[in-house]
Amino acid sequence: MSDALLEINGLSKGYPGVQANDNVSFSIQPGEIHALLGENGAGKSTLVKMIYGLVRPDSGDMALHGVDYMPHKPSEARNLGVGMVFQHFSLFEAMNVAENITLGMENAPPRTDLAQKIREVSAAYGLPLDPDRLIGDLSVGERQRVEIVRCLLQNPKLLIMDEPTSVLTPQEVETLFKTLRKLSAEGVAILYISHKLDEIKALCDHATVLRHGKVVATCVPREETARSMAEMMIGGELAVPKLRAFNPGKTLLELDNLTLSSYDPFGTNLAKISIKLRAGEVLGIGGVAGNGQDELLLALSGERISDSGMIRLNGVDISGFGPTTRRAVGLLAAPEERLGHAAAPDMSLTENAFLSAHVRKKLQKSGFIAREKRDDFTQQIVTEFDVRTPGISNVAKSLSGGNLQKFVIGREVLQAPTVLVVNQPTWGVDAAAAAAIRQALRDLAASGAAVLVISQDLDELMEMSDTFAVLAEGRLSTPRPAAELNVEEIGLMMGGDLHVGVAHA
Amino acid sequence: MDFSSLNPVALAVSLIVAATPILLAAVGELVVEKSGVLNLGVEGMMIIGAIAGFAVSVDSASPWLGLLAAMLAGAGLALIFGFLTQVLLSNQVATGLALTLFGLGLAALLGQSYTGMKPPSSPRLDIPVLSDLPVLGELLFRHDFMVYGSIALVFGVWYFLNRSRAGLVLRAVGENHDAAHSLGYNVVLIRMGAIAFGGACAGLGGAYLSLIRVPQWSEGMTAGAGWIALAIVVFASWKPWRLILGAYLFGGVTILQLNLQALGIGISAAYLSMTPYLITIIVLVIMSADRRRASMNAPASLGKIFHASH
Amino acid sequence: MWASRMLRLEPRAQPSSVMRWLTPLLAVGITMIMGGLLFAAMGKNPFEAIKIIFLDPFFHETFGPYSRSQLLIKAGPLILIAIGLSIGFRANVWNIGAEGQFVMGAVTGGAVGLALYPADGVWVLPLMTIAGALGGMLWGLIPAILKIKFNANEILVSLMLVYVSYNFLAAMVTGPLKSPDGYGFPESRSFTGVESTHLPMIYEPLGMHAGVLVALVAVIAAYVMMERHLLGFQIKLTGQSPRAARFAGVNPSVIIAVCLGISGALAGMAGLFEVTGPAGKLTTNFPVGYGFTAIIVAFLGRLHPIGIVLAGLLMALTYIGGELAQLSLGIPAAAISVFQGMMLFFLLAVDVFVNYRLVWKVVK
Repeated sequence: MSDALLEINGLSKGYPGVQANDNVSFSIQPGEIHALLGENGAGKSTLVKMIYGLVRPDSGDMALHGVDYMPHKPSEARNLGVGMVFQHFSLFEAMNVAENITLGMENAPPRTDLAQKIREVSAAYGLPLDPDRLIGDLSVGERQRVEIVRCLLQNPKLLIMDEPTSVLTPQEVETLFKTLRKLSAEGVAILYISHKLDEIKALCDHATVLRHGKVVATCVPREETARSMAEMMIGGELAVPKLRAFNPGKTLLELDNLTLSSYDPFGTNLAKISIKLRAGEVLGIGGVAGNGQDELLLALSGERISDSGMIRLNGVDISGFGPTTRRAVGLLAAPEERLGHAAAPDMSLTENAFLSAHVRKKLQKSGFIAREKRDDFTQQIVTEFDVRTPGISNVAKSLSGGNLQKFVIGREVLQAPTVLVVNQPTWGVDAAAAAAIRQALRDLAASGAAVLVISQDLDELMEMSDTFAVLAEGRLSTPRPAAELNVEEIGLMMGGDLHVGVAHA
Repeated sequence: MDFSSLNPVALAVSLIVAATPILLAAVGELVVEKSGVLNLGVEGMMIIGAIAGFAVSVDSASPWLGLLAAMLAGAGLALIFGFLTQVLLSNQVATGLALTLFGLGLAALLGQSYTGMKPPSSPRLDIPVLSDLPVLGELLFRHDFMVYGSIALVFGVWYFLNRSRAGLVLRAVGENHDAAHSLGYNVVLIRMGAIAFGGACAGLGGAYLSLIRVPQWSEGMTAGAGWIALAIVVFASWKPWRLILGAYLFGGVTILQLNLQALGIGISAAYLSMTPYLITIIVLVIMSADRRRASMNAPASLGKIFHASH
Repeated sequence: MWASRMLRLEPRAQPSSVMRWLTPLLAVGITMIMGGLLFAAMGKNPFEAIKIIFLDPFFHETFGPYSRSQLLIKAGPLILIAIGLSIGFRANVWNIGAEGQFVMGAVTGGAVGLALYPADGVWVLPLMTIAGALGGMLWGLIPAILKIKFNANEILVSLMLVYVSYNFLAAMVTGPLKSPDGYGFPESRSFTGVESTHLPMIYEPLGMHAGVLVALVAVIAAYVMMERHLLGFQIKLTGQSPRAARFAGVNPSVIIAVCLGISGALAGMAGLFEVTGPAGKLTTNFPVGYGFTAIIVAFLGRLHPIGIVLAGLLMALTYIGGELAQLSLGIPAAAISVFQGMMLFFLLAVDVFVNYRLVWKVVK
């Protein structure tokens, strides 16, 4: 195929202990939307970093327009017409849109011209942007626009998009797809990385499926079902979630117009959040990242104190209690960030078990650490939650993401909480571990506790939740039984319509 | 008490002279911090600059060579810090402290044979005609060239940071080094450059002390000036122009208390000597108190260790 | 990074415990080599100089006995101050103003002794010690409170307070605390001249005075607190992972106050022991920089109580050996502070191998 835009031939890249890419080959035609499909850890990110010049392959070669192509650094890739939009944006919060765009360009025009160009290009592709606004003040969707416009200003021939929709509302996804189709029609090729099968079916012309760093299949997504592609990706049969009965008990946790301003100058303030969480209930809270998820977790874990009367557990006002007291009365939490928030990276598993469990599990006596009890409890977490580690004295950061997440969830679940709040329970976790974590949380609710799950993964929330609500700009939609909802309604909720399907709205 | 001997114009002039070494060191440290690096070794780099500048000036009889040597010595010491923190990923606070302790010792060692000597005098820059104006002439146009140089340097740094692309890149590195790296900027190299620049400025500030302000070499003569420069960067909220305000405020307090001591107003000289340090603390407290604003102004990656994962 | 062209640092999954203890030895070794080169550059015989600094204090026939009797006198305050600093450093609370707390402890404790002059009784010295600890603690709590209430950087504030304390000391010994029998010299009455304010010597040949015993008690107490107690856990957690500490329910303000309070109290006690023992009285030049050298001791000892004891002894040795080298070879005292500074540099440099390993990478 001499007319291919980019040809990839036998790329391999190894890191200590893992072969991230193993002899990967495929090609992309001009104007084609090509999906790169695979689970977390399948090697998608490493592959595109090699195309973008951030990582050097151990072996293999590439050709762009039939000419040898092996960028040493991103600026070389950009000069040759390859642009990339990252999953975690490479933006600078304290700088404005124009400054951010300049930084990503090789030959940036003068300031005034650039501002004009940003307005033109962003309008032309349906992605309106104000060049003078600070990134910190933009929503996640708008930040992605900055990244895309930055690429478009350099007239790319190939645009790499790494998991672009994981942070977008369904409506924003539609807008993005329109932009991408328009680009494709103009002859720009797009390498689209995702593990979301419906999107790939809707958008992409071809797909290359990666598993454990190898190309395991190629297909035309339109001719496949979501299920058949999932099987290519996972390499086995998909488990269907179990149906279950829902008979909630008495109210355990009650939030009454919880309002709290964020410490972070670029954070989201919580506004009038009201929840009644009952025994046996799993409440799923969806929404796009940066809409108050972190703040809600901090407000519930006790890391932030709120005004009296706003938070009650079993009828007792706990608004003024700190984390330790909240744990003592039965409200536990597992934050999103495993390393650095839920666990201390350089501390051992035993110390990390002690970290949140010393109150309820009585792992100390008048301040002195009961080391045997602490080690026993750590061992219990490791055994019951199948945490793979050489030993309990290993440091937290030495565990893989999935194992550490199992440890963190296990640590909280085994303390038999009255209410457990979890933010992003399975983010970046492999499928098997994710299934185990979801099951553990369901089991906890079945035992009579209440569970509040905050997540950006709608599929996960639909699978786990009895009731469902959405956080949008710090406000919570009215919780509704999950079984009654459809995708359109969820999309409206995520866009900020708080009373979808509620009669008095 | 007789305050009539306090001539406000003369006070203002000596204020500027007292402020200049701190201003020089602070403007260098500002650039370092804007790139996301906290170098607490300013005091050490200043004193190395003071002795290097002094020694080379005396030996070569050229103040120019002295100033050049001071810049090179400051930058050289700074690059040790840079190598440790940027390549060997050592803790910036500890390494900065080590730099100060090491610099103070090394300067004392090098300066053994220079105590009590007089340096060659540095050229003054009296601006013709203007310098003959009453009051204003003395106040604005009759300084040594380093005073004008320090103001020009502040302007240059402001222009660099806010108007040039290289400055934008440097700020980006200080704001979010991972993002800057993923855009393909060489974080370590950019920071090394900033660190060397900061060292050169601190060295120059030290040389100003030993060659122009005092002018003599004595052990430990910086007496905390490097630390005050660090405080003034915080005071200035990392904005170049405000450094001038901070440095001159400090210079003013220093000169005022020195003059009060000379007047003998009945307060022990020791208490008056405390005031510059106390004022620095108060200023630091006032500027840091608004946490929200402080976190907006400080470079977001300040003091964090950067290690490229790929 | 030019180093990455061929050599590359790769993070270890698990910090190396071998390296953790090997690196200080490595740092001392490299410092000896570089120090030798420094002495050679000054025209001195490097082997002779190193031998004088590290061996003569123990084995020299004439100087040995005196040198040995100085060992604990110098190591005692260094260890006592460094123990306090290490607790704070573990929590990322950077008290670098121990020198000021040392001075203020000596001044307040000394003032109590002078106020009671010439009282007799075994209770006088303990009372002075408590006053000294309180003085140091309150001086250390100033940066703590300013940090907690106003978010002011404790590094800068505690350091500024060193200069304030020097001046305060000068004001005191020329004013209220000036000795009436001192012929106008800026110094206080002698503490060693009166039995009740004289710090008792316990074992003369090694210079072990009562303050050294207190330092050893502090070492043990610090060890128990850091390894076995909830507070030590919270301090370490705050330093390693501030957000995880908040999640664990640790109040960062309490940790800041505890760290600066403890290190201030220990530095204050060290100051009091210095003026009631080796220095004998308050003068403007009794502080010789122990508060700053203790920072090196704390790091060289890996912020670990036992390591600090060893590092304190080593640092005391360089002081004493340095004096001998000054006498016999004419190596200036400043060379010894360069030597000490180098030791910290090299430790920080080789420290990287605790968390990273060096690998060869051939780049095409």
